[in-house]
Amino acid sequence: MFDNFDLMVAALWDGLFTTIWVTLASFAIALVIGAILAVMHVSPAPPARWAANAYTQTFRNVPLLAVLFILFFGFPKIGISAENWVWALVGLGTYTGAFVGETLRSGINSIPLGQAEAARSIGLTFGQSLSSVILPQAFRSVIAPIGTLLTALVKNSALVLAIGVPELSAQAQRLINDNRDRFDLWAVIIGVLISYLIVNLIISYFVRLAEKRAVFVR
Amino acid sequence: MEETQPKTPMVAISGVNKYFGDLHALRDIDLTVDESEVVVLIGPSGSGKSTLCRTINRLETTDSGSITVNGRPLPEEGRALAELRADVGMVFQHFNLFAHLTVLENVTLGPIKVRRQSKAKAEERARALLDRVGLSDKASSYPAQLSGGQQQRVAIARGLAMDPKLMMFDEPTSALDPEMINEVLDVMQDLAREGMTMVVVTHEMGFARRAANRVVFMADGQIVETATPADFFDNPQTERAQDFLSKVMTH
Repeated sequence: MFDNFDLMVAALWDGLFTTIWVTLASFAIALVIGAILAVMHVSPAPPARWAANAYTQTFRNVPLLAVLFILFFGFPKIGISAENWVWALVGLGTYTGAFVGETLRSGINSIPLGQAEAARSIGLTFGQSLSSVILPQAFRSVIAPIGTLLTALVKNSALVLAIGVPELSAQAQRLINDNRDRFDLWAVIIGVLISYLIVNLIISYFVRLAEKRAVFVR
Repeated sequence: MEETQPKTPMVAISGVNKYFGDLHALRDIDLTVDESEVVVLIGPSGSGKSTLCRTINRLETTDSGSITVNGRPLPEEGRALAELRADVGMVFQHFNLFAHLTVLENVTLGPIKVRRQSKAKAEERARALLDRVGLSDKASSYPAQLSGGQQQRVAIARGLAMDPKLMMFDEPTSALDPEMINEVLDVMQDLAREGMTMVVVTHEMGFARRAANRVVFMADGQIVETATPADFFDNPQTERAQDFLSKVMTH
């Protein structure tokens, strides 16, 4: 039953490693984009709010796969070329960023107005109020939903197999389609499931830990 | 008598009107506050006294009229407004301490970020101010761990840390349990005695009588009467003020 087990484990291990770094790198991009979007959402300048809204509506309402196809197939046609993994990071990052932005916005809205008024009344500028008072509190209040987005991102990262990035699911597909039929189907499937499960359980653990540490009473 | 040079008032409000939708919240307000003067705004709920207080550092915008602080017209939004606000301390009804920061960090945030003081210098000053409001042992506590009266005293220290030219108090004791009101009023009275320019919105008539140089009585968005505390409380001129005082002074 477990023919070529070591080969399979090595392939899945490679895939898992790719999944993890693709996820972490695109999550970093998503956090930056999300923070910028959230600031634009609460900006006093209407064009900033419109732009943030247009971005969010676009990325929330198209499939991630479509985003990846546009980047991977479309952009080279207009003369912008990059490696597969670059498009994977850009696609996952821009897509997840829209959701991070919405989550942070709800976090900002949950901060009582008095916090912003007090920040402004001691002479902080709009940007300083956000960075020193509002965003630190907003981030802490949305750690759990941001953790959910990270978990979803781990799963969404499977889609970059469609643009040829050899992450965990791509490796599984390769093993299942092996033309010499060297690998057991169920061993591969269960191996992949367990890999994703372990990654996300570890994430859940750290998210809960972070939530506990960040707790402050209002 | 010698002619004295007229000094620039700390606050000069003239012809200010403010609407909330159809509600005419402030009607043709004229008011000046001189340096070292303590002006107490009193009046029934909804009379516009809090709104007026909040227009002075532009937490509320106005629809017409002019406001100058220390001779400078209130700037529109932006850096100039932030600079003006740094010179005007504000104490809120609900304290509004920064919930994620310790007491010490609450007091040092402005001096470090706005005044560009070193952390060490800001902390030294903050500890002195906390000592002054009787809370030196609470420096590393978080706001939620303090009583309302303690939080409000921290809020006063936070305002004072900016070395403001003017302190404003918007109903500073209205959210406090009765036994905590005096600890806050005592700090305010000390400030008044030391010559701080103060605008105080309050329902504490005892404080108004003891600490105010002038009492401004508002009703329906208008200033109805302005007088010294003794004149106002013992001999109110208008029917509105007489009516108001008869209701609040019966106990």
